[in-house]
Amino acid sequence: MMLLRNPYAVSPFGQVQRELGRMLEEFAGCACSPAARAHGFPAFNAWEDDGRFLIEAEVPGLTLEDLDIQIEGNKLSVRGQRKLADDENVVYHRRERGAGEFTRDVRLPFEVDPEGVEATLKDGVLTIVLPKSGREKTRKIVVKAA
Amino acid sequence: MSKTATLERQANNVDQPECSPSACTYTPAVDILETDDELLLLVDVPGASPEAIDIEYDRGRLTIAVGVAERQGPQTQYTHREYGVGEFRRTFQVGKEIDASRMEAEVRDGVLTLHLPKAEAAKARKVAVKVV
Repeated sequence: MMLLRNPYAVSPFGQVQRELGRMLEEFAGCACSPAARAHGFPAFNAWEDDGRFLIEAEVPGLTLEDLDIQIEGNKLSVRGQRKLADDENVVYHRRERGAGEFTRDVRLPFEVDPEGVEATLKDGVLTIVLPKSGREKTRKIVVKAA
Repeated sequence: MSKTATLERQANNVDQPECSPSACTYTPAVDILETDDELLLLVDVPGASPEAIDIEYDRGRLTIAVGVAERQGPQTQYTHREYGVGEFRRTFQVGKEIDASRMEAEVRDGVLTLHLPKAEAAKARKVAVKVV
C-alpha cells in the first residue's frame, strides 16, 4: 500500500506541542529547586529595615495589570498571572518558564499599617513595603484579682 | 513544520546556582519557540537592565550572560531568603540554519527576548500554485 503524504499538512509533532502549550491550567512551576517548588511561586525574600518589613519577589514578564496585591489584617496576598505567547504559528521546543495563574499568601507576624503599604515593580522585581502598625500582635493580658 | 534548527541545552543545572566565594551565577529559565521565520528565546532575567546584556555567538555556540546588580546591601538582615541575586548565564548549541548576523535582543520587565532569524535557505519554501 502506498502511503500518500500531504505536503501541506502540519507536522503532527508540531501540533501536539502547540496544544500542550495552550493547555496549561495551573501555574507550571518554574525550573526551580525542590525547595522553591515547596513554597510556590513567586519566591520571596524578606527583611526588616528601620521599622518596616520588606518583601521582594521576582516576577519576570509581569506588568502592573498582571498583579493583584492585597492586605487583609496581617495577611498579605500576592496574586497574578503570566500569559503565554498565544500564536497559532508557534512551536515550542522547550518550556521552562512558568505560566498561568498564581497565588501566594503570607501571614505576617505583626500587624500591618495598611495605609503605608507600598508596592513597586521594576524590571520584573516586585518590592512590597509593609510598615508595622506599632500595635503589638500579641498583647499581654493583665490578670486582675477578682 | 519541521525542526529546522537545533538548540541543545548544555549540561547546565537550572536548579542549582554555581557559587564562588564572592558571588553566585544563576541559570535562567528559558522558553524556546520556533516560528516560520525565526527561533525565539525568552529568558527570565528579573532585575536585569539592558546595559548588562552580553550575547556571543561563535561557530554555533550561543552564550547569554546577563549581569544583575545586587539590590540589597550585604548588611541586610534577611528574615526569609528564598532566592539569591546574581549574574544569569546560559550556553546553547545552535544549528547552522540560523543567520547570526541578524540576531536581535531586547529586554523588558525582566525578560530577555532573543530573535534568531532563520537563514533564507532554511525557511519553509512556499510553493506558488497557479491555476490554469
